Amino acid sequence: MSPAKPDASPPARRLPLHWLGILPFAAFVTLFLILPTMKIVVGAFQTPDGSFTFDNIRGLFTPSILAAYWISIKISIASALLGCLIGFAMSAAIVFGGLPKGIRGPLLTFSGVASNFAGVPLAFAFLATLGPVGILTAFLRSNFGFDLRMLGFNLLSFWGLTITYLFFQIPLMILIITPALDGLKREWREAAEILGATGLQYWRMVAFPILLPSLLGTLALLFANAFGAVATAIALTGSSLSIVPILLFAQIRGDVLGNPHLGYALAFGMIVVTGIANAIYIWLRARSERWLK
Amino acid sequence: MKKIWAWGALLFGLLYFTLPLIGMTNFSLKMRRGEYSFDAYGKVFSDPRFQETFTYSVMQALFTIVFGVLLVVPTAYWVRLKLPRLRPYIEFITLLPLVIPAIVIVFGYIRLYNTSSWLPLTGSLTGTNMLLMFGYATLALPYMYRAVDTGLRTIDIATLTEAAQSLGAGWATILGRIILPNVLVAVLSGAFLTFAIVIGEFTMAALLNRPAFGPYMQLLGANRAYEPAALAVIAFGITWGCLGLIQLVSRFQKSAPPKA
Repeated sequence: MSPAKPDASPPARRLPLHWLGILPFAAFVTLFLILPTMKIVVGAFQTPDGSFTFDNIRGLFTPSILAAYWISIKISIASALLGCLIGFAMSAAIVFGGLPKGIRGPLLTFSGVASNFAGVPLAFAFLATLGPVGILTAFLRSNFGFDLRMLGFNLLSFWGLTITYLFFQIPLMILIITPALDGLKREWREAAEILGATGLQYWRMVAFPILLPSLLGTLALLFANAFGAVATAIALTGSSLSIVPILLFAQIRGDVLGNPHLGYALAFGMIVVTGIANAIYIWLRARSERWLK
Repeated sequence: MKKIWAWGALLFGLLYFTLPLIGMTNFSLKMRRGEYSFDAYGKVFSDPRFQETFTYSVMQALFTIVFGVLLVVPTAYWVRLKLPRLRPYIEFITLLPLVIPAIVIVFGYIRLYNTSSWLPLTGSLTGTNMLLMFGYATLALPYMYRAVDTGLRTIDIATLTEAAQSLGAGWATILGRIILPNVLVAVLSGAFLTFAIVIGEFTMAALLNRPAFGPYMQLLGANRAYEPAALAVIAFGITWGCLGLIQLVSRFQKSAPPKA
């Protein structure tokens, strides 16, 4: 359990005291990361008096909670996929697109800022833009007679949250994928062209497989990023949209589900979902790396 | 053909990113009917709650940075110097806060450190403040550790350590006067990023019931029209400031003599 354990048998002869150096770190991580998470996991399988049960997990399979998970997962997948796609396009544009050199630096700096501009203020920015009285809404209505509301668009919905989340997803993708695109050597492209490959073939058979691990890694990261986002969602929707983080927030605050241990199960479900996303990533990455060799 | 496509992708992105920024700026200036004014900003800055919560979050950020540096620099140094085999494991652990949602971690805190537990941190004000600080340090861990570890990679810590030891330096001297100054730029980058994360953090502060800037913003957002936009502009400015400072210090390092 403690990260110090694996080093319990360094070279013989001397007393193995090296690992003492990471004791403070191990203690901190155990107390404020591992144990709290374990508490949630164990609590998900306990009754209030401490005996083992599956009832809490079974309690998750009610229509309202399942719906909350489903919409959360949908938003996370949509914003992760779109974030990957748009971020990739923008990154490819500055790396291969032959754009002026001066664009790259500012875009990367801006991405650093935008990927950290999440939470409550981000929600305000989008409310001021796409909300009922936001400038884009007003602009479209007065100039084009285009009423977003009449068309069924609502910021407090699946698409509204997805569009808002993209504001930190796209920059994160740009920040992670640009170094990977830089790593594609020009010689590879030339070699492919000499062998008669078209541009599409080069991308499909050379560049894409090389980039796959980083693409998958970013996808998993973006998914977890959106899935755990609480502040933006709460500031944007209050509690009108029932997604898992909002539900859990309300449950921790005031036990809205009427069963404290159902809260554990809800949080445990979040760990499972992000855990699965990352396990898929690690597995696919190992596969694609093996294939690369 | 390729160029058109590239410009298209870029312009689409720029449009998407600038519209909300224009939207919030425009909205924040419209408090007075019919003309642009800084009224919303005036309202925000003169609100005593703003001053209180902002000061509180700045203090939390500073404590988090100090704690984070004291925790991460010696650990990353020690792992690189003596326990290189553990490096992948440590790295994995430091990335966990990116995978486990913050709301789950803080839920664990609330249940683990409540008043009837073995370590009743939430029982007192100081305890809760400390718990929040530890939580922030956990959230910042991936960024801080990566920054410092990358910084350590560029210097030859083994040689520096041996040289210092043969001149009679103890561990505290080595860390404080040899290693830290050499990775200062990396540490500062981690520190500014930590600041940017902590200053607007909402979930942990709200659930631990501390009067931080994030919950204040959310509360204002639920009750007011123009002030939230002004707050968004201010928060965006702070994030710009932190990231700008990171660029500044790394440029400073580049102009300094390259690594030996």
